[in-house]
Amino acid sequence: MAQLTYRASVSLAIAQSMRKDQKVFFIGEDVGAAGGVFKATVGLLEEFGKERVMDAPISEQAILGAAMGAAMTGLRPIAEIMFSDFLAVCWDIVANQIAKTRYMSDGQINIPLVIRTANGGGSKFGAQHSQSLENWSMMIPGLKVVAPSCPSDVLGLMDSAVKDPDPVIFYEHKSLYALKEEIEQTDISIPIGEANTLHEGKDITIIGLALMAQRAKEAALILKDKHDINAKVIDLRSLVPLDLQTIKKSVIETGHVLTVEENPRLCGWGAEISSLISEHCFKNLKGPVTRVTTPHVPLPSADILEDNTIPSVELIVNEVIKKLKGE
Amino acid sequence: MVEKLNDDIGEEKRLQLWELMLKLRLVEKKAYDLFLQNLIKGTSHLALGQEAIAGAFGVALKKGDYTFCTYRGHAHTLARGSSIEGVLGELMGRQCGLMKGKGGSMHLTDVDKGVMGSYAIIGAHLTIANGTALASKYNKTNEVSVCFFGDGTTNIGAFHEALNMAKIWNLPIVFVCENNLYMEYTPIHEVTAVEHPAADRAGAYDLDKIIVDGNDADEMLRTAEKAISKAREGKGPSLIEAKTYRHSGHSRADPGKYRPDEEVKDWMENKDPIKNYRAKLLDFNINEKIISEIEEKIKDQVEKATEISIASPIPEIKEIYTDVWANGGSEWHN
Repeated sequence: MAQLTYRASVSLAIAQSMRKDQKVFFIGEDVGAAGGVFKATVGLLEEFGKERVMDAPISEQAILGAAMGAAMTGLRPIAEIMFSDFLAVCWDIVANQIAKTRYMSDGQINIPLVIRTANGGGSKFGAQHSQSLENWSMMIPGLKVVAPSCPSDVLGLMDSAVKDPDPVIFYEHKSLYALKEEIEQTDISIPIGEANTLHEGKDITIIGLALMAQRAKEAALILKDKHDINAKVIDLRSLVPLDLQTIKKSVIETGHVLTVEENPRLCGWGAEISSLISEHCFKNLKGPVTRVTTPHVPLPSADILEDNTIPSVELIVNEVIKKLKGE
Repeated sequence: MVEKLNDDIGEEKRLQLWELMLKLRLVEKKAYDLFLQNLIKGTSHLALGQEAIAGAFGVALKKGDYTFCTYRGHAHTLARGSSIEGVLGELMGRQCGLMKGKGGSMHLTDVDKGVMGSYAIIGAHLTIANGTALASKYNKTNEVSVCFFGDGTTNIGAFHEALNMAKIWNLPIVFVCENNLYMEYTPIHEVTAVEHPAADRAGAYDLDKIIVDGNDADEMLRTAEKAISKAREGKGPSLIEAKTYRHSGHSRADPGKYRPDEEVKDWMENKDPIKNYRAKLLDFNINEKIISEIEEKIKDQVEKATEISIASPIPEIKEIYTDVWANGGSEWHN
């Protein structure tokens, strides 16, 4: 049994994958000698050397292009994009090249690579270093989208992501890097596409991802203790593939659904979940599916502004009470 | 006949190059005809007039080497040995096509031949070609990666990112700029800060300035062989700027009217790589009968491949849902 932070689980997960498979290498900016700007890759250069842990220039297109080309030959690169916001400068490589090449080539080419990136707000970094961008990649056919909410999920999902024959974008949440967890077994594998239940309940289904899943769990504890509401909290863990069956099963039991997203409202992933639920479970619903998101604004920087933009535990609690008790 | 004194290439390889260039020319012409017959839909970007570049690399590369090209990539694909019906069939959206109609003219891919794709977003494939080169270095194998692109590419960021990365990591790669003097519809010199869009940037990445007449097939072959050898010997990347000219417009929609008539005439009549190479073969005392036999053979191959392509069935509608994922399907939820 060891206590592991989310941050330490990232470097451990990468190391475990690299120990198991010589085809795995790691490339990114400041990832080697510096150990990553979030210190999530400390020790990798020392263990694996420069041939497998490559410090790259500030050239996001070249980084992802190199990872893609290497993956096309059967290697299994892990590429870091320092902040998910920077995906915008290499979005052609992600959305046009990595995502579509398998399909366009009629399956001649596989691209088994992982793009890991620091995502999400809470650090007061302002609008260009704080976004939650899972839904950008969710809408592109050909990309798998993973967002772990705890250290054990980082370990298990990274193992699967590296082994996956398809490209996986692995969104690590910056505000979770310090999260600690007691972990018995570190060399674990969690299939991509299986949601996790963080709290059991039959009164309402709360669906979250990454930091929002953790906040939904905290909200569920308060709802149970103080308001006698039993909420089921589903941590999706991946948006593509999506575990619709787990969602359906819970919605059939509860009839009430709240999604909690960190992204701005328009075209957020909760909208797709809401649409699916209305198609698949309409008769089971006791009220409208509602969504908690950030307002449709860029993320502001100052404490009070950012804190009031990103959905809080308190907001989730209040939304649930409003839904169930009309208060 | 100074050239005769420098017969470093030899008859066998010259005939090989001649046959390949001719094939590229006749298939492109056939593609144009099939467009006019409405048997090919969508768009296409023909490489008519630029055959010496793809042809020279086709002769110089080995099996296992990787090539990347642009949407103007029919010739580069054929140059690696892909079948004519594979190319024409793909253009026509037939099952015999290289990707069974999933990619089309701008995305020809034939991994078995080392054709790692044709890329339709300017600049991207330079970075991706670095990746196959990186893999060769990582695996300590000796394949060479070659990346073809146009003059317009030299003004996009990915070009510069890719050259820098190739140099700092000493990758076994050859970047080939086919400077046909026009970026789509605009003369390249009007929108570029330097005279030679690729070669004048080479120094910024500590690469040699290499400019070659891309319509002189022998010179092109020598240049290609030298750069490929350098890469294979672990001596790093090269950037070649090959001057050439496209005989047709940018794409199917473009008659190319922005180019002065005299300029077009000069390139078509005096600098056509195929016409000039045929004359050169005669200068080297190669029997015209051999040359003519090759011409007949290629014409026959193109006609037969056209028949095969036209006879090939169109894809089944269910193909829409295949091969998004490595499991062969397209499902995104359980």
